[in-house]
This record gives sequence, structure tokens and C-alpha cells, in this order.
Amino acid sequence: MNSPSSSLPDSFGSQAITPPTSSATRPFYWSVRRELWEYRSIYIAPLAAAGVAMFGFLISLISLPRTVQAMAALDPAQQHKALAHPYDMVAGLIMMAAFIVSIFYSLDALYGERRDRSILFWKSLPVSDLTTVLAKASIPMVILQLLSFAIAAATLWIMLLLSSAVVLGSGGSVAAYWGRLSLFRMLLMLLYHLVTVHMLWYAPLYAWLILVSAWARRTPFLWAVLPPFAIAIFEKIAFRSSHFTALLQYRIGVRQAVGSMQDNFPIQPGMPLAAGRFLSSPGLWTGLIVAAIFIAAAVRLRHYREPI
Amino acid sequence: MTGQAMPVIEARGLRKAFGATMALDGVDLRVEEGHILGIIGPNGAGKTTALNAILGLTSYQGQLNVLGRDPWTQRDQLMRDVCFIADVAVLPRWMRVWQALDYVAGVHPRFDRARAEGFLAKTDIRRASRIRELSKGMVTQLHLALVMAIDARLLVLDEPTLGLDILYRKQFYDSLLNDYFDRSRTIVVTTHQVEDVQHVLTDLMFINRGRIVLNCSMEEFESRYLEVTVRPEQVTAARALKPMHERQVLGRSILLFDRDSNQKIDRQQVAALGEVRTPSIADLFVAVMGGSFGTAQGAAQ
Repeated sequence: MNSPSSSLPDSFGSQAITPPTSSATRPFYWSVRRELWEYRSIYIAPLAAAGVAMFGFLISLISLPRTVQAMAALDPAQQHKALAHPYDMVAGLIMMAAFIVSIFYSLDALYGERRDRSILFWKSLPVSDLTTVLAKASIPMVILQLLSFAIAAATLWIMLLLSSAVVLGSGGSVAAYWGRLSLFRMLLMLLYHLVTVHMLWYAPLYAWLILVSAWARRTPFLWAVLPPFAIAIFEKIAFRSSHFTALLQYRIGVRQAVGSMQDNFPIQPGMPLAAGRFLSSPGLWTGLIVAAIFIAAAVRLRHYREPI
Repeated sequence: MTGQAMPVIEARGLRKAFGATMALDGVDLRVEEGHILGIIGPNGAGKTTALNAILGLTSYQGQLNVLGRDPWTQRDQLMRDVCFIADVAVLPRWMRVWQALDYVAGVHPRFDRARAEGFLAKTDIRRASRIRELSKGMVTQLHLALVMAIDARLLVLDEPTLGLDILYRKQFYDSLLNDYFDRSRTIVVTTHQVEDVQHVLTDLMFINRGRIVLNCSMEEFESRYLEVTVRPEQVTAARALKPMHERQVLGRSILLFDRDSNQKIDRQQVAALGEVRTPSIADLFVAVMGGSFGTAQGAAQ
């Protein structure tokens, strides 16, 4: 597809994937690719976060042998906590970068193309509004999260290898280090967290931002933030209650999201239980239904909206 | 689908209001296959609104059928057979040339990539350039290369050559006629640069305030309108023939006659008054839209 001169500095990871041939998925595939071309921060931001985190970790490696030695006195759970701490920090930083990109991407998704009038070009091609909006929604809801998982997993592996080298060099036991750290379980928890919280639980949040980006004529950020804020204040004044605020906290707060995942963290067998509880919680499904409604409204709006 | 039975565009009573302004006020339109229709009108006349309705970019009242489809509800299917160039700002500025080629090749089943590359090879456009780095003329060349490589049945051009120098403009219409247009395709174009399209069009339409003021084929146009540079001593006699418009150029009167509203006029008779020729579209436009607007509208209907 790409001829030799169309070099690939921009086409991140795309050469490995063969484009689908079926006519139904082709427009979707290419719509996603054009988002990756336009919003390069989708992969640059998590990569940059990984780079910064890695640099900090490299400096911290100096004190690693001492930490390992000092830990002999602690019990296994505490040992794991101490060793895993830098890994958690790095994974957290990458996820945070991806989350921030998700927010700003969603706010611009259907606004930017109207502002620069390129919507006229996109609409001059046989791609439906539904395909376009779904492709755009898939960026924060699926692609960014999987991408940040892949980047985090790669970064954590490199960290593990570097640490092992340092531990080995200082005469420690690599096997013990790996055993106490249990990276595989950490990655599993990370993936679980990304899928449950960042994909499923936050889906209505991204969908709301995409809806606002399809609707707003200017300052989508204000339109996304001020109305919920206004409703909360109104409720407080009129009814002296704060159900709406509680609702927002319930949705945006992570703790409620996965039924206090932290509690289940050290115990492997607890995980399927937590997952089952999460998947059967009405909060998840109402959220997904609301997300679907927002996305459907965004599709409708893209049909009607003209360049601004 | 040859012959002229099947209209490419058919509109009846097309209306569109923006608040109190009627952008389209009951437009009836029929464009047949193999025609090149020029829609000419002052700013705000409703040209772009009409094109947007045809392309499914705006809602409307009334009946509209493009290639057998309702553009508003079936835009994505329609766009397999319809191409569109609006004024040059439309190609996304962040995109690189190869990305535009990849994308259109990816989503458009009728795009012939080799053909587009062939057109681009004749230009100075580099494939690694971003669109924002290209000159205005180059962006139009790129868009035209993309569009001409699509085997579409209807091409809609909305001010395609706005802001381009005369060389690019000439080249634009030359490639369109030589490398693209044939009797199975149809082109609708709006432009203010009417002198560029006078010899390109097969049909002409004037539109003002959302209404069609004039609608004729170029053959009709040539037989119907006469422009006479009248000799000074003949001016009174010429005015007696009720010209639709009169203007003064370098001290000489140039009179424009509409033979439809004045059956008595024939070429020999007018030739006695001075030098006769077919008017330019621009001069007819001024005559129709200008001072004697009321009479001209009466004459056109």
C-alpha cells in the first residue's frame, strides 16, 4: 500500500497490520488510521511518559541493591510492595498520560474537523457518519487503552531486565527478585484495570466529551465542564441536596469503579470474584447505555452540523 | 445509462431557509448526463446551499434526487458516484500527500491510485509534503488529481479555482476537459471567474436570492443573446428595438438584446446598427442582475 517514498515516521505500528479487505470494515480501518495520523499525541504522549519514567527509574537503580538487601527482614507482601512501587509509578504515569490524551482527543474529535472545514473533504468520501464517529470513539475507548497497556508492558519488561542486571551485578539473587516482584501478575492487574476502569467505566465520560465536540460551536471544553457544574450548583441551591455531584463522583472516582480493586490486589483468587461483581453491577451497564445514547446523538449531530 | 432519459440531478421546489433568509426559494432543476452546468450568481445567491443540498451536506425542503438517491439520507452511498471540490481550504492541512492517497485509496472503491500518481507526477508536489506546506495552486492540483482518479458520475465544483493565478486556472479546466470529462460524466460548477468557464460549459444557470433567474443551454445562449456595439448615428434606432441592457465603453454604446423577448430582432437587422457578437457570460450576468433587474427577470421566465 505504501510505496517506498511514503516513509513511515508517522505511521506508527501500522505496517505490521494488513488492511482488511472486506468492504464493511475497510472504511472503519482507514478512519482509525487517519485519527492516528492527525492526532500523533495518541502514541507520542504515552511514549514520552514512558521515556521520562524510565529515565527516573534508571537513576533510582543506583540504590536498588541496598533496597533488596534491606528487605530481607520484611514479610513477603511488604517485600512485593516495596519492589513493585517503582513499577506501579511508571505504569501509573503512562496510564495518566493516555487518560489526559483521551480527554483532549475526545473534546476535539468532532470539533476540529468542523473548525478547519476539512469535514467537507471527509464528507465528500463514501464513509458514513456512523463509521466516522465509531472510529473516533474507538480511539479513547479502545485503542489508547490497549496502546498504553502495550507501552507500559514493554517499559516494565525493560525495567525488569535492567533491575535484574543490577541485582545480579551486586551479587543478589535474580530468581528471588523475580519471585517477589511477580511482574506477570502486575501486568494482568494493569490490563484488568485498563479494561474495567479506563475502557468500560469511563466510556460514558468519553462519549459525553465526543457529543459536546460534535455540538459546540466554540470552546467545547467549557461546554463539557460548565453544564454539569451548573446542574450540581442548581441542585444544591434549589433542593439542598447533592445527588448529581454524588453521581459525578461515583462515575469519575476510580474507587467505586472496580469495587475497591486495591483490596483484591494481593490475592490472586479474588480477582475473578471482583471481575464478576464488576460485570454484574448496574452502574457499569447504565454507564454503557448512556455512552451508547451519547454516541448515537453525536452521529446524528455530525449529520446535521456544518463547518464553523 | 447512456442517452438523456436519466437525469443526474432532479430537483423540484427545493427550499432552504436560514432564519428569515431564503437561501433557496423553490428551485426546479434538471441536469442530464454528459452536461457541464455552470451556476452563476452574486455572493449569497444560494449557489453553495444548492450544491450542499445536492451533496447531502445540508437538509432541505422539497424534492431532490441525485443519481436516483436522496442525498440527505444516503450521502455515504451517493459519494461513491459523486466527487466534490469546494474552495481549496478543505483538504486537511495536517495531512501529508501520501496519506491523502492512502486514505482515499482505502475508503473509495472506485479510486485508481496509479492514475492519481500519474497526475501528480506532472506536478511539483512531493509525496512527503504536508498540505499546509503546499501553495494554494498545488493544493488544488492535488485535490483535482485525487478526484480525477475516481471513476465518478457527477463532479461538483464549488469555486474550485478561487484565489488561483490564471495559469493554474487555465490548467485546471484544461485537465478537466482533456483528462476527465466524457459523455458519461456530469459536472456542476459554481464560480465568479465566469470568463474561465464560458467555453467549458454546456449549460448555464443564473441564480439570485434563492431563485433561478436564467436557465439555458449554451447553444440557446448563443442564439438568444446578441451584443451590438452600435455606431453613434444608429443609437436612437437601436434603442427603439428595446435592448435589455445598455452600457458605455470608450464613448460607444453597447446594447444587449434578448431575442426571446423581442422576436422581431434578427441578426441581419441588427448587423446594420453596428458590430454584432455573442455577449460574454459576464456581460449578460451584469445585464440580468444589474439595474434592469425586473425586466430581465421577466424576460428570463
